[in-house]
Amino acid sequence: MSSTVVEVFSAQDVIKSITRIAHEILERNADGETPVLIGVQSGGTWIAKAIKEALDRIKSDNAILCGAIDAGMHRDDIGMRPVVAAHSSSIPVDLSGATVILVDDVLFTGRTVRAALEALNEYGRPRCVQLAVLVDRGHRELPIRPDFVGKNIPTKATDEVSVSADGVFVEAR
Amino acid sequence: MKHFLDIAEINRESLIELLDLTANMAEINRRPVPKVPALRGKVVATVFFEDSTRTRISFDTAAKRLSADVMGFTASASSINKGESIRDTIETLEAIGVDAFVIRHKSGGVPATVTKWSDASIINAGDGANQHPTQALLDSYTIREHFGGQDLTGLRIAIVGDVRHSRVARSDIQAFTKLGASVTIVGPSTLLPSDVTGWPVEVCHEFDSVIGDSDVIYMLRLQRERMNSAFVPSLEEYAQRFGLDKSRVNRMRAGSIVMHPGPMNRGVEMCVDPAEISNSLILRQVTNGVSARMAVLFKLLGAGGIPEGEG
Repeated sequence: MSSTVVEVFSAQDVIKSITRIAHEILERNADGETPVLIGVQSGGTWIAKAIKEALDRIKSDNAILCGAIDAGMHRDDIGMRPVVAAHSSSIPVDLSGATVILVDDVLFTGRTVRAALEALNEYGRPRCVQLAVLVDRGHRELPIRPDFVGKNIPTKATDEVSVSADGVFVEAR
Repeated sequence: MKHFLDIAEINRESLIELLDLTANMAEINRRPVPKVPALRGKVVATVFFEDSTRTRISFDTAAKRLSADVMGFTASASSINKGESIRDTIETLEAIGVDAFVIRHKSGGVPATVTKWSDASIINAGDGANQHPTQALLDSYTIREHFGGQDLTGLRIAIVGDVRHSRVARSDIQAFTKLGASVTIVGPSTLLPSDVTGWPVEVCHEFDSVIGDSDVIYMLRLQRERMNSAFVPSLEEYAQRFGLDKSRVNRMRAGSIVMHPGPMNRGVEMCVDPAEISNSLILRQVTNGVSARMAVLFKLLGAGGIPEGEG
């Protein structure tokens, strides 16, 4: 059986979504502290950087810090599947009291986000954590919801969703 | 492969992957809270039939930082003294519940033999003069961390001293050469292996002739406890010919480093205080040992083992 790949989001749509999310982040945090962007390794890190660049263009004070968190050691499926921990965390600042925007490419079961939240705690106790994702594909298995969404894409649980700067593609399996 | 017994069984790609994983673990160890829940619920038993300070504490720390439970066992304080065999000891511990045994024994091959008696993962923490694979991993990592790059290509490494009795040398030579370094073993002929056919090394009997063109001077401990006949005429003479002293340190290449697996014999192979030389990575090796052992424990217990295949 041949599988089909459908483009659901073009490269242009990705840029627009990232810019819109940046505006929404500013609006939501207008009277608070400058948020810290933390991308989830590995798919979320380039999006976190892109959101930071968009924020820098809007605010032009370059005050936004951007880091990365590896959730691999906090997953609940360790030992159930091969894990390649090829990425590490880099957190630019003590997160105690900070407003953290956790950034990932695709929100699916929510298990990665749960692991990332737990990993974040080791860097301090953030005042609050907000979640930004480029794609919400549904099928949550945990009570987790995003604060900022690029696009909601209805999928089957077996579909493969791939995200890059070139766009968002869904492959039916 | 769910065991970690011998560098010879691990191919270059897997070795580099373990070094990358060690780098990730080193990042965890730099965190404000250097502990992750990755191996929660797993039990690691450290079974040492031979004395050790750093290896045992290092494995213990590594397992705890991954949230595994640690079961300690020391032969001198156990029923081994009442005549219990190794096999019965292993089977007894396994009946209590063990996911990985970390084994050290004075005889080569014991960890490999234990794999036949147990379903758990077996990690060799040093067996006789055979292998000490986690030491090779932490040494390779320490060198790579210092010089940069993906592997050790182009580096010249001199391993100096009691190669004959050294499991560290055997594992290190395999790992360093797999990673692209060229290795020279240096020592009196009585302390080098009687037959180095098949060893990917050069042999040298004069320390002074390699000191100026090595990137790494790796000093080995003179293993007096393994010597059953006179291998050196006197410790003084050995120190003079093969000990690392101030004058030899001064003749080392710019940018080169000194390593030692510990414990050191001061005044024998180490005639200089490592704290007084700026290019000693000896304590760095100890620090990196925890990260390397975390990588091995995680790879075996959390990530499905090491891919098979020699080379």
